[in-house]
Amino acid sequence: MSDTAMLRVAGLTKTYSLGTSWLSRLTSRASGTLKALDGVDLHLCRGEILALVGESGSGKSTLAKILVGSTAPSGGEVRYRGEAAPARRDKESSRRVQMVFQDPYSSLNPRLTVGAMLAELLLLHRVVPRREVRAESIRLLNLVGMEADVLSAYPSQFSGGQRQRLAIARALAVRPDVLIADEPVSALDVSVQATILELFASLRAELGVSILFIAHNLAVVQHLADRVAVMYLGRIVEVATTAQLFAAPRHPYTRALIDSIPRMTEASVNDEFELDGEPPSPYDVPAGCRFHPRCPLASEICVANDPPLLPVGPAHESACLKAGELALIPLPDTPQEHR
Amino acid sequence: MTTAVATAARAMRRPARSRSLRPWYRNGTLVAGLVIVGLLLLAAVLAPLLTPFDPIEQDLQNALQSPSGSHWLGTDKYGRDVLTRLLYGARVDLRIGFLAVLIPFVVGSVLGALAGYFGGWFDVVVMRIVDVFFAFPFYVLVIVLVFVLGAGESSIYLAIAAVSWVSYAKIMRGELLVAKKQDYVVAARLGGMSHGRVLIRHITPNVLSQALIYAMSDIVMDIMAIVTLGYLGLGIAPPTAEWGSMILDGQEFITTQFLQATIPGLAVVVTSLGLSLLGDGLSDLLSPERRK
Repeated sequence: MSDTAMLRVAGLTKTYSLGTSWLSRLTSRASGTLKALDGVDLHLCRGEILALVGESGSGKSTLAKILVGSTAPSGGEVRYRGEAAPARRDKESSRRVQMVFQDPYSSLNPRLTVGAMLAELLLLHRVVPRREVRAESIRLLNLVGMEADVLSAYPSQFSGGQRQRLAIARALAVRPDVLIADEPVSALDVSVQATILELFASLRAELGVSILFIAHNLAVVQHLADRVAVMYLGRIVEVATTAQLFAAPRHPYTRALIDSIPRMTEASVNDEFELDGEPPSPYDVPAGCRFHPRCPLASEICVANDPPLLPVGPAHESACLKAGELALIPLPDTPQEHR
Repeated sequence: MTTAVATAARAMRRPARSRSLRPWYRNGTLVAGLVIVGLLLLAAVLAPLLTPFDPIEQDLQNALQSPSGSHWLGTDKYGRDVLTRLLYGARVDLRIGFLAVLIPFVVGSVLGALAGYFGGWFDVVVMRIVDVFFAFPFYVLVIVLVFVLGAGESSIYLAIAAVSWVSYAKIMRGELLVAKKQDYVVAARLGGMSHGRVLIRHITPNVLSQALIYAMSDIVMDIMAIVTLGYLGLGIAPPTAEWGSMILDGQEFITTQFLQATIPGLAVVVTSLGLSLLGDGLSDLLSPERRK
């Protein structure tokens, strides 16, 4: 934890209040507010790829929206290079943090050619002089593995993987310091996923851009991320370097996610940490540790206490009261190479 | 078999290019609509060249003639050539129909778009006004307004504009509610673009087609309204040739000279058909993804 962090959030909360019209009161049993984020602390270092993993509804996308400034947090703060990010971002402050969306079919304007899309951003931010716009566009396309001949094409002429490359080129056009990738491969074919993951790795190597890579699947980020943050019901429950997390997870939820990665060997099937049922409703977060209803290690203290995120080793934090106990349960084996 | 494989291979090489697969002139509906509307407009514009008669000048000695070599569709009770009045009537009815659509199209679309995009109190205010106008039947409101404003062309424009902008506002608001959540719009905002630029350059080209398609059927509605007003004696003042007043004048002779009332009615039907086909064709052309 140092001031080299590009992006840092502290105590971030986001609540959505349910509609209070008489109709919604009549029709829904749930009431009050939805806590999409419930006190999130996280930082992203310069040139780092940090993976954010969690089930649907854990608040990953909400966090992404707050980081890029398209949604305002209810509480807590977002710091960019140590300075508080303005609530309403201007042209320059929005330039620094760009986003790659999950669905490459809705993230590209169907009526703009690739060239027009890139040129508009390059000119708006005066990235290069007008006469160099074409050359810069081609450079961006080459960066994401595409050729100059696509400049005059419309998005409908490309496949999902190609569209995602174009969306990445657009995000890079304004020369951001941080890329927020919100499940950028989960809408793609498995065969295409690997090439896009490689693209992110090469972009970090070539441009030194920091990347927050959101995924719902640990296996996807195993070979890409430097660190992994695991999210559950609006809170970070474990953060560690990727190697550390996979070798010695210190939160039963992380352990369950690792165990759920498909493996090649029959012997390694371990259902001790298999998760039962759906995550609880974010309208009604369980008291104490929010994971206790699904946790195989849960006991009375877990119902009574809400564990904070505490260091359990070097660059390793966990929000589990039984983190020590968990460390004694051996992993069945290291997960297989998985792409 | 070989053909199927070849087709599949071609489809794989050119994915999702449906928008440009079929050129517009292969769209039968669109072409039929264009031909009908085009011919009608041409006939209206060239009316003075197409007929030797005057649409207003009376010739009482030749009143109520049956179709003949010189008067192809006969003459009315004042001896005026029915075909001539039909052609000159097209000038009035089509002009008002097309022009009357412009103001509500622009005003309604802009208000609806802003309401949908920005939401908040502006949306609430605009949509409550829309609800008030929507509560009245179209014709009742138009007739009342024309009655209050006085018969005549400018009253018709005003009455139609006041009544039909609400449809455009509703359509565009709905389109904007969907469009503003689209990732490409969010991305444009993240790219540091202003609301104005996002609205005009990124959203409008993607959503305007629905309002444009509706405008085609709206012209039909407007022409129907003008003809109805003419029939009720609230439209264009009498000597001017106009389809509605032609039907009104012709109906007293429906048993002896049925063409007098039928021909202008048929003209309305053909115009409506042409515009409907045009709207359908445009909808195929502009938003093929919405139609299965």
